[in-house]
Formats: sequence, C-alpha cells, structure tokens
Amino acid sequence: MTPEPERMAGPGVVEGRVQVNHPIGLHARPSVKLTQLAKSFRAAVRLRAAEEEDWVDAKSIVRVMALKVKVGQTLVFEADGADAAQAVHDLVALVERNFDELAAE
Amino acid sequence: MSLPPSEQSFAGSVASPGLALGPICLHLTATVAAAAATQGTPDEERRALEAAIAAAHARLAELAEVSDPMAGEILTVQIAFLEDPELAAPALAAIAGGDSAMAAWRAAMNEQIAGYQESDNAYFRARAADLIDLRDRVADGLGGKTAVASSPQTDAILVAEDLPPSRFLETDWSCYRGAVLTQGSAASHVAMLARARGIPLLIGLDADPSVLSDGAAAVLDAEGGRLIQHPATATLDRYRQRLARLRADATANAVFLDKPAVTADGTRVQVCLNVDDPAILESLDPGTCDGIGLTRSEFLFFADTGLPDEETQFQAYLRLLSWADGKPVTVRTLDAGGDKPIAGLTPEREANPFLGQRGLRLSLARPDVFRVQLRALARAAARGPLKVMVPMVTAPAELDRARALFQEVVDDLLAEGLEARLPPLGMMVEVPAAALAIATFDADFYSIGSNDLVQYVTAASRDNAAVADLYDPLNPAVIELIGRVAGHGAATDREVSLCGDMAAEPKFLTPLLGTGLRVLSVAPASLAQTKAAVSRCTLAGGG
Repeated sequence: MTPEPERMAGPGVVEGRVQVNHPIGLHARPSVKLTQLAKSFRAAVRLRAAEEEDWVDAKSIVRVMALKVKVGQTLVFEADGADAAQAVHDLVALVERNFDELAAE
Repeated sequence: MSLPPSEQSFAGSVASPGLALGPICLHLTATVAAAAATQGTPDEERRALEAAIAAAHARLAELAEVSDPMAGEILTVQIAFLEDPELAAPALAAIAGGDSAMAAWRAAMNEQIAGYQESDNAYFRARAADLIDLRDRVADGLGGKTAVASSPQTDAILVAEDLPPSRFLETDWSCYRGAVLTQGSAASHVAMLARARGIPLLIGLDADPSVLSDGAAAVLDAEGGRLIQHPATATLDRYRQRLARLRADATANAVFLDKPAVTADGTRVQVCLNVDDPAILESLDPGTCDGIGLTRSEFLFFADTGLPDEETQFQAYLRLLSWADGKPVTVRTLDAGGDKPIAGLTPEREANPFLGQRGLRLSLARPDVFRVQLRALARAAARGPLKVMVPMVTAPAELDRARALFQEVVDDLLAEGLEARLPPLGMMVEVPAAALAIATFDADFYSIGSNDLVQYVTAASRDNAAVADLYDPLNPAVIELIGRVAGHGAATDREVSLCGDMAAEPKFLTPLLGTGLRVLSVAPASLAQTKAAVSRCTLAGGG
C-alpha cells in the first residue's frame, strides 16, 4: 500500500503550478492519464488543489479523483527524486494540453 | 375466482425514447444477507478480498475487450481504480483489525461513495454510480455470487433501482426490450449508453418497487414517460397497434437511410439533422444525412454549472465537426427567452416573452455572453465546415451588428495568435417582417424556423389547444412567405433550408417542395421517415 507522501523538504524537491482549463475539471479520463504519467517516473510525486492543504499521491487515481478538481482551479505538483524536474514539467504540460482531449476530438 | 389485477400506471422520465411490451423482470438489490458466512482469520479474509478484487478486475478487462470505445472508456477508469492499491487500503487495514472482508470492503467503499455523492458538481455526483458498481461487483464475488444475472424471461422489461455501467454492458439485451430505473440520472453513463443502443429507458420511476411484481405483464411507454403494470386489454391493444405501426414504418423507412433523398421524379433534396443534444450523435452514422442543419446551442447553457466558457463551447463545436466528417455543421447561436428561460440571462417577468427580448435580441443586449459564443464558433470554424446562424432576426441592422461583432472577435483571436475564421453567417427566418422583406437582409444563407414563423403569422400559440386549428402550417400566408424566401435564395444563389417540425411531417412535404425549397433539417428520429416521404413525392405538375 502506498503511504501518504511524506512532507517533502529536501533540496531536490521541484514544484509546479498549473490551472485546470478542461471544461469538466480533473474528471475520470484525465485522472487516468495523469496518474499513468506520474507512475512512469521514479520520483515521488504528490499534488493538491492550490486552495486546499491536503496533498495526495499523484500516482493514485483513487486519491486524485477524490480531489474533485473543477475547471478554473489551480493544481500544485511536488516531486522528489532523480527525475523530479522532468516529472513536474511533463505533468504540468499534460494539464496545459487539456489532457490531449480538446484538439483531437 | 379472483379478479385480474387492475391496471397501474407509474410516471417516469424518458432517458432514452421508445416503446416496449413484455413481462417485468425485477433486478432489485437483494438486501445483503445478514447471515454472513463464517468469518475466517484476518489472513484468510485478506486473501478473500484480494481474490474478489482480482476476479472483478479480470471480468472488467474481459468486458473492455469487446466493448465499443464509449463503453471501453468507462471500464478503463473502473479498471484503473481496481489496480490502485489505495482503493482497498482502508479495507485491508480494517481486516487486519479484525473485521470481515465483506464488512471492511463495504464500509471503505461507502465512505468513498459518500464523498462523491456530496459533491456540488453533477459530473462528480454521477461518478458515485461507477463506484457503487465496483463495490457490488467485488462484494458479489466475496459472497460467492456469480456476477452475471441470467434472466428467466425473454423480451422482458428490466426493472432495477439503478443499473451500473458494467452491469448494463454485460446484460444480454436480446432478453430485454427496455429498462426502467427507480433511480438513475439522465446525466449518467447508463442513459447515454441506452440512447446509443436505442434501448428504451425510463428513469426516476415514481413507484415503490414493492408494488411491482416479477413476471407481471407491462407496457414501457418511453414516449409518454409511463410504466403500466397489468395493462387492461384495451390499453394493451392500443400499445400493440402503436408498436406494430412503429415497427412497420421503421422497417419500410430504414431502406432509405443509406441513400440520398431523391423525389419520385428525380429531384435531389438535402435532408440534414437537427441536433438538440450531441449525445444522440453517438448512435448515428453521418453518412445517412447531408450534415447538421440546426444545432440548438441551448444544450450548452442548460447545465447546472453556470454559463459555459469558451473552451467548453469550442470543444462541443469541434465534436460536432468531427462527427459530421466533412459535412457542413450549422450552429444556431443561443436562442434563449420566449419559452426557454435561462437563470441570470433571460429577462424576468416580461408581459409577453414571445414578443420580448429573445434570440439575437438578447445576445446583442448581452455582448459579454455573446462574445464568448462567437469566439468559440470562430475558433471551431478554422477547423472545419462550420456555419453559424442567428435566431429571431427582425431588422437588417441586427444582422449587421452581429456580423460586425463576429468580425471583431475574429480579429481579436488572430491578434492573440489563435486560429480563427469568420464562418458563413446566416439568419433564421421566423419573424414575418423578415420573411416579407427578405431581400433587405444580407445573410449568407437563410433557414426558415417554421415553428415560430407559423405561430407569428397565424397569431396562434403552438401549445394552446383552444387555437390549435388556427396554428396551420398550410395557411396560404405561411406557404407564400416560405416561397418568397426560397425564391430570393434561388435568385441570389443563397441556400434556403427549413428546420422546423413542419419539415418532418410527410403531408406537408409536397407543398414545401412546391415552393422551391430543396433543403430540410429534421430530428434524428424523423430522418428515415422524411427521406422515405421525399422518395414518394412528385414535383412535376405540382407546386
């Protein structure tokens, strides 16, 4: 069982913020994409809604969906580990691209 | 000798239209057997839960293999949940603390489900059904029940409290003619799946399930929104005739679906679709129509999430273009007001809303809202053959203002570095003043909204039975106005279409085509019938 991510404080911690513009918010399909991408990195990645305090494991769809993030809310990512910078960069880019759902429809 | 049970009728909301006759087949949630199986050691309970989750995972993966893309997507999300260790973590902790697998699993899932049910967002609330589905599937596995409920009857009407998506998908629909849910939501996956498959579905049935009997004869009227249990002979006969007529018509008309509409004497008539809710497109083949002749963009504005933003609208318009696969898509800008109020947008307490600030009049008064729609439309127009029309135009100046605003929006978008294009801008012709002076309107195309035109020309409301005989689409004044618009279109080489209910009524077709009109737009359910009616029409010597 993946434990709740510990508070990250080390020098290798990378942070990124991005606003969700997808019309329905961070719903089921985008949550699948987000967690799959997060799982492709070795770094521990966590995320929260900017106005909330609780972090969740970005690799857990159960936790990510439960945030019920709506359009217009800002997400904060934090990653710690060798590929942390890449992880945050790619995850922010995925949200910015609206989870690749708008252009291809 | 006992009397036959008397007819009982229950109201429900139509989530997927149709008609079905057959015995009721009850699939109500069995109250969880209190006599639980003997509880094993924590280790045995943990292994039981893990095995049940693995079995559920295997079954859903199997279903996903054979499902269409829309259903596959729902299953993909459920599978991702089952693969996430976080799903069962609280239950496993409770089992370690001495709980049974069943109790621990249900408690852990119920807590998550409650979290979704409490959401103020309709989308997230609807996801509770997907989790309930997972909860019950795994619980059934723990209880030793086989997941697939087999039906003892055929041609039955399935009655359940709710029907989770995976249950819908594994239900053998050859056994059922339709379904009734005592709960359910029109926004749910099940409603969408039922519409896509053409399975009649009523939701929110106003009945205590205990009054329904398994095996009882019933009528599912998903046209009028009723479930009738123990129908009287007369009722049954009436519905049998209706069903026979529907089937005969559907069979006869289906032949015409795949062919272009051509009159008996060889004149090609374009038949397009009216789209109220894009969800219906999932079940339609764009090859059967000549494009979308009318998109009522109100569907975007009636959600409980407030006015739609530019991205939401842009995505919806792109989806229409993508479905149409190169055929033209006509979107009508917001036609609020009249009988279609929108909270916070339409004026309140107008003495006569049909003669008030509706359609384009309202859009021009609310440029803040109108601009958002025009921006989304201009961006979509850069991606495909989009056409835009404005409703309730009365004076040429209104159309000119709309065009100027549209051009401004396109310039803004291009300056922002976004792709945008000014699409062909047409107008609805539904105000008699516009029809009479049609040559003074510089529109790229004209679309006759016959519902409002007939109502305004005859000064008779569509929904008032007392004046119903005056609301006559064949009133010579109406036909003359339609002919005037069609004639102007032909003379200036601009397309003229008709998109009201009149287009779908076979008996109006000959007079309509007689005016020179060659483009019709009808509801998806009327497409086959309209194409069939066109093929029976003869123009030579008529009109």
